[in-house]
Amino acid sequence: MKDLRPIGGRRRWIFVLPLAGLAWLTSGCGVIGGKIASTSDPAGDQARLIWDLFMVPVWWLTVAVFILVTGWLLVNIVRFRRKPGDTRIPPQVHGHPRLEIAWTLIPAVILALIAIPSTRLIFQLNRDPGADTNALRVQVIGHQWWWEFRYPEYGIVTAGDLHLVVDRPVVLTITSQDVIHSFWPPRLAGKVDAVPGRENTMVFTPEEAGVFYGQCAELCGAQHAHMQFRVVVQTQQEFDAWVQKHRQPAPDPAPGTLAATGKELFEGPAGCAGCHSVNPTYDPSTPINKTLMVGPNLAYFAERQTLAAFLPNTVENLHQWIANSEQVKPYSIMAEKWWKIRAQQNQLLTDEQVNAIVEYLRSQQ
Amino acid sequence: MAEAAIRLEQAEYRRSALVEWLTTVDHKKIGILYYWTSIVYLLLAGFLGLLMRIQLAQPDMHFLGPKTYNEVMTMHGTMMIFAVAMPLNAAFFNIAVPLMIGARDVAFPRLNAFSYWSFLFGSLLMWSSFLFGHAPDAGWFGYANLSSSRLYSAGPGLDFWDLGLQVLGISSIAGALNFFVTIVNMRAPGMSLMRMPVYVWMVLITAILILLAFPSLTVGLFMIMFDRYFNTNFFNPLHGGDPVIWQHLFWIFGHPEVYILVLPPMGIISEVLPTFSRKPLFGAPFVIFAGIAIAFLSFFVWAHHMFTVGLGPVPNALFAASTMLIGIPTGVKVFNWLATMWGGSLDFKTPMKFAAAAVWMLMMGGVTGVMHATVPLDYQQQDSYFIVAHFHYVIFGVIVSALLAGTYYWFPKMYGRLLDERLGTWHFWLTFIGTNLTFFPMHFVGLDGMPRRYFTYSAETGWGTWNLVITIGAFILGLAQVLLLINVVKTLRQPATASADPWDGRTLEWTIPSPPPVYNFAVIPTVRGRDAYWIEKYGDGHHAPAATDTTQRREVHEPHHDNPGHGTLPPGVHLPKPSWWPLIVSAGLTAMAAGMIMYGTETLGPLGFPIVGLGTFVVFFGLLGWHFEPAIEHEEAHVA
Repeated sequence: MKDLRPIGGRRRWIFVLPLAGLAWLTSGCGVIGGKIASTSDPAGDQARLIWDLFMVPVWWLTVAVFILVTGWLLVNIVRFRRKPGDTRIPPQVHGHPRLEIAWTLIPAVILALIAIPSTRLIFQLNRDPGADTNALRVQVIGHQWWWEFRYPEYGIVTAGDLHLVVDRPVVLTITSQDVIHSFWPPRLAGKVDAVPGRENTMVFTPEEAGVFYGQCAELCGAQHAHMQFRVVVQTQQEFDAWVQKHRQPAPDPAPGTLAATGKELFEGPAGCAGCHSVNPTYDPSTPINKTLMVGPNLAYFAERQTLAAFLPNTVENLHQWIANSEQVKPYSIMAEKWWKIRAQQNQLLTDEQVNAIVEYLRSQQ
Repeated sequence: MAEAAIRLEQAEYRRSALVEWLTTVDHKKIGILYYWTSIVYLLLAGFLGLLMRIQLAQPDMHFLGPKTYNEVMTMHGTMMIFAVAMPLNAAFFNIAVPLMIGARDVAFPRLNAFSYWSFLFGSLLMWSSFLFGHAPDAGWFGYANLSSSRLYSAGPGLDFWDLGLQVLGISSIAGALNFFVTIVNMRAPGMSLMRMPVYVWMVLITAILILLAFPSLTVGLFMIMFDRYFNTNFFNPLHGGDPVIWQHLFWIFGHPEVYILVLPPMGIISEVLPTFSRKPLFGAPFVIFAGIAIAFLSFFVWAHHMFTVGLGPVPNALFAASTMLIGIPTGVKVFNWLATMWGGSLDFKTPMKFAAAAVWMLMMGGVTGVMHATVPLDYQQQDSYFIVAHFHYVIFGVIVSALLAGTYYWFPKMYGRLLDERLGTWHFWLTFIGTNLTFFPMHFVGLDGMPRRYFTYSAETGWGTWNLVITIGAFILGLAQVLLLINVVKTLRQPATASADPWDGRTLEWTIPSPPPVYNFAVIPTVRGRDAYWIEKYGDGHHAPAATDTTQRREVHEPHHDNPGHGTLPPGVHLPKPSWWPLIVSAGLTAMAAGMIMYGTETLGPLGFPIVGLGTFVVFFGLLGWHFEPAIEHEEAHVA
């Protein structure tokens, strides 16, 4: 080992880049976070506990392993690189059992340091708070490609927006009507698959009021990327008012208005009512695997955050969606079973008719 | 007249060269066929990856539609696993294993040809789905009931996937059987199991994994086929089926599959590092037993792909524990490799660069693997780009890097030439930078909540910046591979002057000429230790170097490189006879699959069963012909 070359001088640069990269990563500056789906910005207890476990101990142990392996490799590369013309045969070391046993045990210890808090958290996150607590219970049903939410305690059904209460635990029963989906509100909690024929449970407590982004996380067909939802976390009073309002449908529009024309179209010639209802109530004894309506419930539509499970709920987007369903979300039932068929029969809605339906839906508030 | 005769002769020669490749049972030729087929597929499937990267470069792009994106994404994954990584490994099984164990060929040369042709035809069958406008679109693990119900995946796309994979599965099982028997039975005298090169060990373990894991996939694929064709409802929840059963069947295959892909590349690393460090592999028995441990554990970890399915906390905790256990032998391998380099005399030729990079990227992909095994973290990371980052570090960073190391390392044994070092260095650095620029930022968008398999995303998600970086990285990575092709073309234009032992190698393949004669070893060598050739050259603590060069390169007649004929065989050497039957049986098998796909369509439906019948007929009589054909050529036939 006499001819080991010292690591110094110009060779030092080789260590600068990985260390600078690591420093930048650990600072978190501009790398991750601050986005609508950032798992690093938890707003619910489950997401927070997961992120805490990620940082301590997992991330720091990862950094340690990174420094150890990268450092050793770089030292090897710098120190033991063959010099031109060097024909020396280095000592033929076949192994060192004690050393090898040591580095069999070191990973085992590192893994145990992770496995213990991990296992504890697995059981903590799967704990049902029980019927005697004030937990809110909601049924989540995945459809190609939108989310339905039923509140059996209140007999209320809605779609696209899940209303929850800040600091009140929620127990979600999750299933699917067609293929496998996965329910994922990244800032509030992890994901749970929506499997047809099975009922999965997710328990968490939102810790911040606000509107949070959610999405489908299991490939479920062509429009998998357009199967979003929003979680509207409210105070108990706001939520109570929302429930109160949703115990009955919105009042009919005044006769003679454009919205009234829209209602006629909705229930009649436009064919909307074949798949959509504007009545927010349902029979709470309905089993979770029984379909209420083919399409999402549109009660109090004006309040919804999104439409077509991905677009912001604006008048322009709504107009586009009804007038050009095939362009906005191809392969969806709206596009395939409504828009295309009407296009074939030359029965597409006129601009005025679309306007009337938009006006009617916007009056649902 | 004379000119015409020459032309006729040339045509005759060309025809016979083609026939020779079509009927070859020589493991070295089959290895080259495997190699180039997989490299073409690597470029094609990589091109599909670049199409996806264009679509995702910025929010709300309209380059690929949702259905096309899903087709491109599914074919990228399926082809990279089954038509690139597996057969590229098989290429090196063929090129290196018989030479490393001192054998003249594999145990079943015609079965070996059958494996190749079934791989080629099965993969062509899957690729052809694009020509019919119905490529598979349910992802490479084709989750039921999206894949198993024609209600949710209309058209023949998933039939191409299902039946194409069946053909590829038969190819893999035949190949695994062949290499298992070859390694167990055909080692040179003196090569006990513990003197076997570590690469050969990893191939042996892989063969066992394939034999045990693929049946689960085969069964699952048949169930999907029955659901799609005969309404069996295995995976249909409306009639008592359960789509989760598919996930169990698939991942019982699918996780060992990861090690089927990665163990042979780990073996390549274990050969390249010692050679270019001039040191034996540090703790070779540890590395071998780590490989066995990984393989054993791989059958007990499948549910870690299913932590969010709702199995419950107890199975999740148990599968998390078994998964973490795999981190221990993997860590052992990394440390033993680093210790191999320590104190060595490191020569950073291109194979060494790729191998050292593969060690580092195994650490990168390994630490994130531990994160996924931490179930609560997986609740967030599952099906996000964090997972995509993880498995690309393993599959591209480790597997493809190591296979590229193998390419540069064994190229002289393929073509008798050394690839250009300067181009190789450029190839390495651009690949290394491209890999990290592509796959590292995927961790960031994953933690920022971007799910995999999204064909687009909106600007409000904020995923745009890193996705642009990823796309730039992907193009660097893609273009870098062109350098390999340029290098190969440039090298093959030069005369085949590589020596038998250009790297000062340690194992038996370096004792015979580059490229080896058709019979490999004129005299089967006797092995005195693990680094069989090194001991003969330099001795070790127990053995003096051989007094005279015991290698046979001087004794054997070296055939002319442009003449693929056999030359004169040394006395007592019998070679397997070229055969059409493997090709014919593979064609019949693929016709059965193609007929089944037609049967599922409206337009070609009536043709389906007749073609299945025809294929069955060809397979049956092909096997008969195969059975009655003498396997060994008569010696007089060798005289050119």
